[in-house]
Amino acid sequence: MHLAVLNLHLPPGLIFILGALLIPAFRGRVKSAYMMLLPVLAFLTLIYTPLGQHWTVDFLDYELILGRLDRLSRIFSIIFILISLLSVVFALKVRDNVQHTAGFIYAGGALGVTLAGDVFSLYVFWEIMAVASTFLILARRTQASRNAAFRYIMVHIFGGLCLLAGILLYVQNTGTAAFSLMQLSGADGILIFIGVAVNAAIPPLHPWLADAYPEATVTGAVFLSAFTTKSAVYVMARMFAGTEVLIYLGAIMTAIPIFYAVLENDIRRVLAYSLINQVGFMLCGIGIGTPLAINGTVAHAFCHILYKALLFMSAGAVLHVTGKIRCTDLGGLYKTMPVTALFCIVGAASISAFPLFSGFISKSMIISAAAHHKMAIVWLVLQFASAGVFHHAGIKVPYFMFFGHDSGIRAKEPPFNMLAAMFGAAFLCIFLGIRFDLLYALLPYAADYAPYTGAHVVGQLQLLMFGALAFCLLILSGRYPAEIRAINLDTDWFYRKGARMISSAADAGLNGLNRICENIFVVFLPAWLKRFFGSFPVFVISVFYTLSAADRWPETVRGTDLTKPEKTDIAVRTGLQPVGIGPVLAVLLIVGLCLKIYLF
Amino acid sequence: MKKELTIFDKPRNVRILLVCFYISLGVLLIADFFIDKHAAFGWEAYPDFFAAYGFISCVLLIYIAKLLRRLVKRSEDYYRDRQ
Repeated sequence: MHLAVLNLHLPPGLIFILGALLIPAFRGRVKSAYMMLLPVLAFLTLIYTPLGQHWTVDFLDYELILGRLDRLSRIFSIIFILISLLSVVFALKVRDNVQHTAGFIYAGGALGVTLAGDVFSLYVFWEIMAVASTFLILARRTQASRNAAFRYIMVHIFGGLCLLAGILLYVQNTGTAAFSLMQLSGADGILIFIGVAVNAAIPPLHPWLADAYPEATVTGAVFLSAFTTKSAVYVMARMFAGTEVLIYLGAIMTAIPIFYAVLENDIRRVLAYSLINQVGFMLCGIGIGTPLAINGTVAHAFCHILYKALLFMSAGAVLHVTGKIRCTDLGGLYKTMPVTALFCIVGAASISAFPLFSGFISKSMIISAAAHHKMAIVWLVLQFASAGVFHHAGIKVPYFMFFGHDSGIRAKEPPFNMLAAMFGAAFLCIFLGIRFDLLYALLPYAADYAPYTGAHVVGQLQLLMFGALAFCLLILSGRYPAEIRAINLDTDWFYRKGARMISSAADAGLNGLNRICENIFVVFLPAWLKRFFGSFPVFVISVFYTLSAADRWPETVRGTDLTKPEKTDIAVRTGLQPVGIGPVLAVLLIVGLCLKIYLF
Repeated sequence: MKKELTIFDKPRNVRILLVCFYISLGVLLIADFFIDKHAAFGWEAYPDFFAAYGFISCVLLIYIAKLLRRLVKRSEDYYRDRQ
């Protein structure tokens, strides 16, 4: 049987999304087989579909393109499908249909974004990703994860609305719905940029990532680490390649998070900060925008997805078997989990860009592109960040989990499926580090880059090893900042505390206004009116009788001992006052009311 | 309980590891003089530039992070109050 018959002639994203809906229908091994089959089918469909435009649908006056397959979208689709397969294998034992279904819909959304050829389908798949990914955080079913998921979806709704507004303006201005290169100018360009920047976690829009990913489920975090930021990188590469501001934003993004990663106690939060740092390299490459830089960005995204997933898998495996994930609670796990420790070290070596590991053959392209353009400051920042990555993700993550002080925990290795997924990712990390030519052949532009030159290898090794020396000396001398149970404020303070302040201000302001209005219109005015209308007629009539010479009191009260006001009261209540007093009273009442209001 | 690995419990093994590490550092410092450099910036051509830069970067990283900690550290319940 030729494998081409398995080409489903459906967009791979839809294979995932539609296929996900059937997952709850299966049980046991059939379900496992089905879930592993979906990525295989999507992959075969992808590679048997020739480059070009496929799956177009008419929509109003526009054409929706669900399959714009070129060299850029093909390599992103390949890695998205590949990581789906590894993530699914990692999650195979999870007995929660919500997570499986959400994971596939989320991955399908990322594939949809990657293969979209118009901005409408881009937007639809973009929002599918946001919604589906939220369930991977919710599925942890703790109060902390519910709160984090709420903040996560709010941030992504904000980003999605910016994107939508930008897209509508763009379609209005240009008359086309083409998903292609655009300028970062005008309201449409800026809004689309902000919408994508939220997902790319560009500072100061980044804190949702470090806030939400560590609260996701063990297996959900592996999915999350792959798709949202890298699909945003893809959209940036498609729309904003060569946009200068991305160079500086990217460079800042590589540097800032590593300080937080050094301080952070939660291992998965350390990984989340290093994820932001790695995406910074990619955005920097997109900003430089030359073929070498774009190639570097794409290659780095490809390698990064693998080693970041591997690191999240190993941290997740530790969380799965020990129930703990803080540096302060862990240590010495290599004694009973040597295989997981080994896989973690492979991931750590890859993210640190050690020669022979995948990060080396991709990151060096971006840094070389910065060097070719004589961007001295950017180059220095990127090298600083490279040394910093090794410091926190390369050393700190494996050291505090598997070595360091002995926490006394003697946990077993995770289940076989988790080890298998980690093995797959670790194998690819090393394989790509050696057979980089296979990856380079898939890059968007022809690549004649040689990563393994003497200068590159020795320079990078010196950078890393002397960074490690600094770590050693600081740890041995006790100057390394101790791991402590604490959180570190980030820009999410503005919407976490800030929102509460807005809420308090609204409470004081609006509810205060409410109280003032209540005092005026509910408490004071009716009472005043009641008093006024109760006393005024009596007062007038009593004056009238007092001034009149004759005793004209009605029969019922004439000659009694009652006081004048009492007599008046009875006369008015029984309607016995003389004819003519009524109209006089009415006129006086109106005049009196006007006077009272005027004087008041 | 399964058997445990204890290789890093022995001070001798840790010492061997550290010695290997220091030797590799020395090799790298020397290797720098025998490679063909294609420096884009003047400073790249300085001997052992990357070693110095890597070391200084990491020390700076740690000390700046320590300063940052004073600024941003809060109790783990910081966001949980009054909820």
